[in-house]
Amino acid sequence: MIIVRSRLLALGVTLMASALVTAPVAVPASASTAAEAASGQEGKILRIGVTREVDTLNPFMSITLMGTSILRYQFEFLTTYSQGTMTPEGALAESWETSDDKLTWTYHVRKDMKWSDGEPVTAKDAAWTFQKMLDDEVARTANGSYVQQWESVTATDDYTLEIKTKVPQATMDALDIPIVPEHVWSKVSDISATPEFPMVGNGPYYITEFKEAQFTKMKANKNYWRGAPKVDEVHFVYYSNSDAAVSALQSGDVDLINPLTPTQYDALQGEPDIELNNAQNRRFNELLINPGAATNDGTPIGNGNPALKDIKLRQAIAQAIDTKTLVDKVWGGYATEAAGYIPPMFKDFAWQPSGDEVRKFDLDAANKALDDAGYKKGPDGIRLDKQGKPLNLRLLAHAERDVDENASPFIKGWLKDIGIEVTIEPKSDNQVNEETTRGEYDLAISGWSANPDPDYVLSLQTCASRPNADGTGATPDSFLCNEEYDDLYAKQLSEFDRTKRIDIVKEMQALLYDQATLVIFGYDNGLEAFRKDKFEGFPQQPTGNGVIMFQQSYWGLLGATPAGEGPVPVYDGSEGTASGEDTTEAAGEDSSNTGLILGIVGGVIVVVLVVGLLVARGRRKTADDRE
Amino acid sequence: MSDILIPTEEALAEVPPPTRGGGTLRYVLTKIGGGLLSFALVVVLGFLLFRALPGDVVQTMVRGRPATAEMIANLKREYGLDLPLWQQFVNYIGDLLHGDLGTSYVYRVPVLQKIEERFWPTVLLVGVSTLISVALGLWIGTRSGWRRGNRFDRISTGVALTLWSTPTFWLGMLLMAATTGLFPTAGIVYSDTPPDFLSQALDIAHHMVLPTITLVAVTYAQYQLVMRSSLIEEMDADYLTTARAKGLRDDEVRRKHAVPNALLPTVTLVFLHLGFVIAGAISVETVFSWPGLGRLTYDALRVGDLPLLQGTFLVLAGAVIFMNVLADLLYRVLDPRVRAS
Repeated sequence: MIIVRSRLLALGVTLMASALVTAPVAVPASASTAAEAASGQEGKILRIGVTREVDTLNPFMSITLMGTSILRYQFEFLTTYSQGTMTPEGALAESWETSDDKLTWTYHVRKDMKWSDGEPVTAKDAAWTFQKMLDDEVARTANGSYVQQWESVTATDDYTLEIKTKVPQATMDALDIPIVPEHVWSKVSDISATPEFPMVGNGPYYITEFKEAQFTKMKANKNYWRGAPKVDEVHFVYYSNSDAAVSALQSGDVDLINPLTPTQYDALQGEPDIELNNAQNRRFNELLINPGAATNDGTPIGNGNPALKDIKLRQAIAQAIDTKTLVDKVWGGYATEAAGYIPPMFKDFAWQPSGDEVRKFDLDAANKALDDAGYKKGPDGIRLDKQGKPLNLRLLAHAERDVDENASPFIKGWLKDIGIEVTIEPKSDNQVNEETTRGEYDLAISGWSANPDPDYVLSLQTCASRPNADGTGATPDSFLCNEEYDDLYAKQLSEFDRTKRIDIVKEMQALLYDQATLVIFGYDNGLEAFRKDKFEGFPQQPTGNGVIMFQQSYWGLLGATPAGEGPVPVYDGSEGTASGEDTTEAAGEDSSNTGLILGIVGGVIVVVLVVGLLVARGRRKTADDRE
Repeated sequence: MSDILIPTEEALAEVPPPTRGGGTLRYVLTKIGGGLLSFALVVVLGFLLFRALPGDVVQTMVRGRPATAEMIANLKREYGLDLPLWQQFVNYIGDLLHGDLGTSYVYRVPVLQKIEERFWPTVLLVGVSTLISVALGLWIGTRSGWRRGNRFDRISTGVALTLWSTPTFWLGMLLMAATTGLFPTAGIVYSDTPPDFLSQALDIAHHMVLPTITLVAVTYAQYQLVMRSSLIEEMDADYLTTARAKGLRDDEVRRKHAVPNALLPTVTLVFLHLGFVIAGAISVETVFSWPGLGRLTYDALRVGDLPLLQGTFLVLAGAVIFMNVLADLLYRVLDPRVRAS
């Protein structure tokens, strides 16, 4: 090394000193908080690489997919969703019944349940949790929508819980509300604060440590009423770079990862120790067609092209969209072709058009329909609307999402073929949300994650979900406002017979399909991978072709089976009967097109290298000249 | 680089005329006052800037979840977003004066706590990398500048330029792929490392290898090039001829005469860069899932977590201002000419 004395040395010493000062501070900061997990060395650990961040692990506050998913393992809800068909089945409540007026629900709490600290679980815990939510608006932050129509909550004895509602509500057997232990939470002064760890729970695992943006650790709950899990600990390790997570799976640093991009999934194919899972999932993607946006009192808003008020035009556009091509080209085949509004993984509620309803992809038929409807072609091949203006539509797309980016050109191309000009407008997520909420779009790409209970996604298409005059107060989707649909919506919500309710929900989907204010164009599959040299397997939901992570329950991790300890359990003794409600999380889609980036960057690098060398040479020359 | 240097040069030009005795104090006060003024502007700017972001924060947060109008209204009230802008600003300034940066919308913890958590990992990673970069850059820069045009100069300058032009993200991924299994690919410690100090420290060091190499590789060139060119500028100076004429060995001429003089622009550069150390390196932090401030800012920006954004903005901008002032003051100590002018 060079020995530059005096000032350089002084500078170096200063910098060194400052580094020495900072380093020890940083180290104990991580060391001290890790102290708790001292014992977690031996035993079987399942490490899961995740690319979604936890917001908070407070069960009253957490709203992100990662936070709520972890809390599903931590706390038992009154009911959960069966592994096979995702019908509600007993969890904390063993059974439940409704009064004749459908306003009183009585839940019978399981008698053999214990909290992870050994205290018994009683109906009083549930009553305390719900009462807290009724009394304190802060406690309603995450799950307030469930209790909105409740009159009262009482624990009539240690194992009976009674809830009275203001109106009949069919979704009362699907309350995704974590139930917390009264003996711990009644002493908490700030209900919104980060809870203490280890956190007392009654689910299959309980949280022992949380390092934000790094990892969350859970330990198996030995008191779990279904029997303790086979693994001792689950660690959710956070990766902000999904390719790094894949690389960690390959090197064995993690055992399971979700989600994968199609490119990553393909790259892992053929690896001897890795098992892949291409699963049906709960997200649907849609093209919104603005039917004339209005506020919830009917005042028109936004600047949607008025021509789209014509149902014939919307139906022609819907017919010009080829879901098969989109599934193949946009998702590389890792998606499911479009059918009804509810994704097919929810077998009971899923619907698909049949007979005369079917609107097969057919450009000729779409063209003919437009000709018949009087949309004449102008000299440049672009059709004219009823006012004689050329049909030029804007397509609003999420700039940061692969699906939008890849699907838009296809949609543009097909619509061009039926004489409609499309301008693609990629914008940031926030802008897309804002502009769709204000009705400032003609076409827009959107999508939602559905739940075992369809109530929430169905509610998005009601008149009431349209925004207030100031553009707030609700979450509109397609701005449909159809009396028949709203009637059906109200009917299904108070229909307690599941079979009848399913029929109504299917009728609603048929109506949505016909109205064509939205066109479903595919359901992304959930792609995941795990180390099969370390794990025999995991229960999927739905059984056989479903996901392991981010289930609508805890089966996947509850039944995690280390290698050699098989077979993988199946929890498919459906106990439940009726319907269910929801918890949708906007799936923070990972748009990682690393392959493409790498390619481009590789090219750039070569250029840069050459230029760099030339510059260096040039410098040498000029330097020589000067000499 | 030159655009980074300009403010300092301007600052130098503004140096008050020498009035012996009071000069230094006045100089120091002017610089500190200027720094404080800049910071005040940053406070105002930070408030207005992030409120211009598109999208309603609350709507974005509840999107995709069953949220009643009542819940949305409650959230707005809780965050104080229902108040008129001027009142939000007054509240913000009031809280700020009490050292309260507010509570993060997303993480539900005080912003100050959040920033503190992320501060040290960033300082550790970027600090160590900068240290190595500076040492490496100065050393190579001195050697290549002194023997300008020789093979070492040509190769090292070429390599430095190439690495400097390399996208951080790509280099990080490449290193990760090339060393599969040797080094951890994410985070600062493994989740199952024993909590004792030694294991933790070793694990952190292990986790730091790849991000540090990446960060050093893409940044050391600037120190090297500045050092090289300022040394070349000194090469023909008369005092070096004098030194040689006195019979000093070449090595001594370089060490005792050329380098100290050539060091000044580099020191300025180093200090200005130290300001940006806090801002971290978003791409390195993202590639290696390093829990630092840079990524916190980016995440906060994506969801529109206003208090967190304002907080990180203040810290990042504050660090730059602080280091700038420090560089100005230090320059006066390091360079007698500034004092004399």
